Amino acid sequence: MSTLSALLRHSAQTYPDRPAVEDPDRDSVITYREPEARSSDIREKLIRHGVRPGDRVGIYAPKSAGTVIAIFGILGARASYVPVDYGAPPQRNAGIFEDCSVRLAIVAASLVDGFREAWTGQSADTLEDLGDDLLLVRGVDPGERHAPASDGEASPDEVAYILYTSGSTGKPKGVVHTHKSALSFIDWCSEVFEPVPDDRFSSHAPFHFDLSILDIYVPLKHGATLVLVGEEIGKQPLRLGPLIAERRITVWYSTPSILRLLAEYGRLDQLDCSTLRFVLFAGEVFPVKHLRAIKKLWPEPRYFNLYGPTETNVCTYYEIPSDIPDDRTEPFPIGYECSGDRAIVVEDDERAVAPGEQGELLISGGSVMRDYWNLPERTANAFFVDADGTAWYRTGDVVWQSAENGYIFVGRRDRMVKRRGYRVELGEIEAALYRHPRVTEAAVTSVPDEENGVLIKAFVTLSNGSRPSLVEMKRFCTEQLPSYMIPDRFLFHDSLPKTSTDKIDYQRLKELA
Amino acid sequence: METAQTDVKGTIKDYILREFLPGESPDSLDDTTPLITGGVLDSIATVKLIAFLEERYGVQIEPHEMNADYLNFLPDIASLVESRQAQS
Repeated sequence: MSTLSALLRHSAQTYPDRPAVEDPDRDSVITYREPEARSSDIREKLIRHGVRPGDRVGIYAPKSAGTVIAIFGILGARASYVPVDYGAPPQRNAGIFEDCSVRLAIVAASLVDGFREAWTGQSADTLEDLGDDLLLVRGVDPGERHAPASDGEASPDEVAYILYTSGSTGKPKGVVHTHKSALSFIDWCSEVFEPVPDDRFSSHAPFHFDLSILDIYVPLKHGATLVLVGEEIGKQPLRLGPLIAERRITVWYSTPSILRLLAEYGRLDQLDCSTLRFVLFAGEVFPVKHLRAIKKLWPEPRYFNLYGPTETNVCTYYEIPSDIPDDRTEPFPIGYECSGDRAIVVEDDERAVAPGEQGELLISGGSVMRDYWNLPERTANAFFVDADGTAWYRTGDVVWQSAENGYIFVGRRDRMVKRRGYRVELGEIEAALYRHPRVTEAAVTSVPDEENGVLIKAFVTLSNGSRPSLVEMKRFCTEQLPSYMIPDRFLFHDSLPKTSTDKIDYQRLKELA
Repeated sequence: METAQTDVKGTIKDYILREFLPGESPDSLDDTTPLITGGVLDSIATVKLIAFLEERYGVQIEPHEMNADYLNFLPDIASLVESRQAQS
């Protein structure tokens, strides 16, 4: 099967009556024949309203069976879907849709007014009511010429989805994946996890987060069930634990932060989660003491550390041993290549380091993105092309290769941090702070923090007037940034230290704090 | 009783200032400050606050109450705790 649409079609033919998607929030279960039929319907509406192969269609809604079906409708029209964080400021989401000129957008009815207000293009009229509280809304005319809509299957090289991640200059950038790059990862999952139709996968991650690629497509490929975990309930350990037990989840995939919350506050000792066979985590380092805690509460499943930036999806993996020595504090490796990828570790001049030495991890192979949407220079800078013409994606992560345990993660090269598994470019926070009418200078730094993983500090200079309160600054930030990007501390200074070339001296700032 | 209500609210306010707004003047946080929607309490802070309330006041916060509908403003949090205490 060479496209994502084919995965659903095959399961609909083979397992028409098995449960495909469960939505506990809405108390609904749909079997495989439903998404196949309903997505065809959506596909037809999209085409009727002008969607052509290669177009982008936005999705601005909470997760639901309806949004899963909408995704397949979009893919069926040979377009790509662009999911956004419905909790982020509407301007940010409208900006994303404008950046990749979505022809149409599928917007939750409750969010459409906020979206329309933020949308600066031609009026975002409602074209159709798609049911499930979803509206089809006009986007922009991408002004591209295409072949007319065809009934044919997408080719594997066609774009399947674009996931936007934090951009260091303040504007999010779109990571473009094709059916082929998605399947390179998904097919590896089939090999290593061997899913069966009785499996029940959690969908904890929102659809704009690339953990969702495993969540959506792996169970659907195997006739298994996808159990949606709503974005709200996903942050509440006291509701999450019972859901995992009641819905008899067999495969759990999330960031380490959520597992840690579950271990600490989920009252898991009172619940029976014995159906779990795999616990997968990705997105950030998992401190060993917290990993040990969840393993104690859930001792039976196999645990896997999955590593990979959005640009490559999962490119290395490591299975956690069943016994973790009590005195181990060192985080586990990111491990071995997977998903049809190869890895090398290089120095600044792109020469391979000596074995065991630290350097930047570069990845090449099937699961690597096509490019950043409409950013040819950024894309070119993100890859190193070797003498053989092979393109290697620069992860920006510093690693070394151990003799027996694969790659070990050391840290980042640059100004990007992970917060609850999400990518946060410190530069994007600075850009947001500069939009405050009284901020004259802003510099954001991060320090590792025992409790919270990372502490984000914003140093700010203001024009005349009284200093705003922390509460005011945080409130301002909620209007500009997703919640996980809001600084933990604000420090107000009369002026910020500069280097000899008159740039903000981040080293000094780190020392000051 | 009026005094009891102020005490509960005052204690919660002190906790929030201490844990999540270090260095902040107490005047910045009042009855109308939106705590969750205003970015003062993120999802992890909310979980911690709930754990604090349950331990400090011996009450049980129901899962459906663990969100901005019930916890966005100081007086609402205090009322929730008070009404739960009255029940037990």
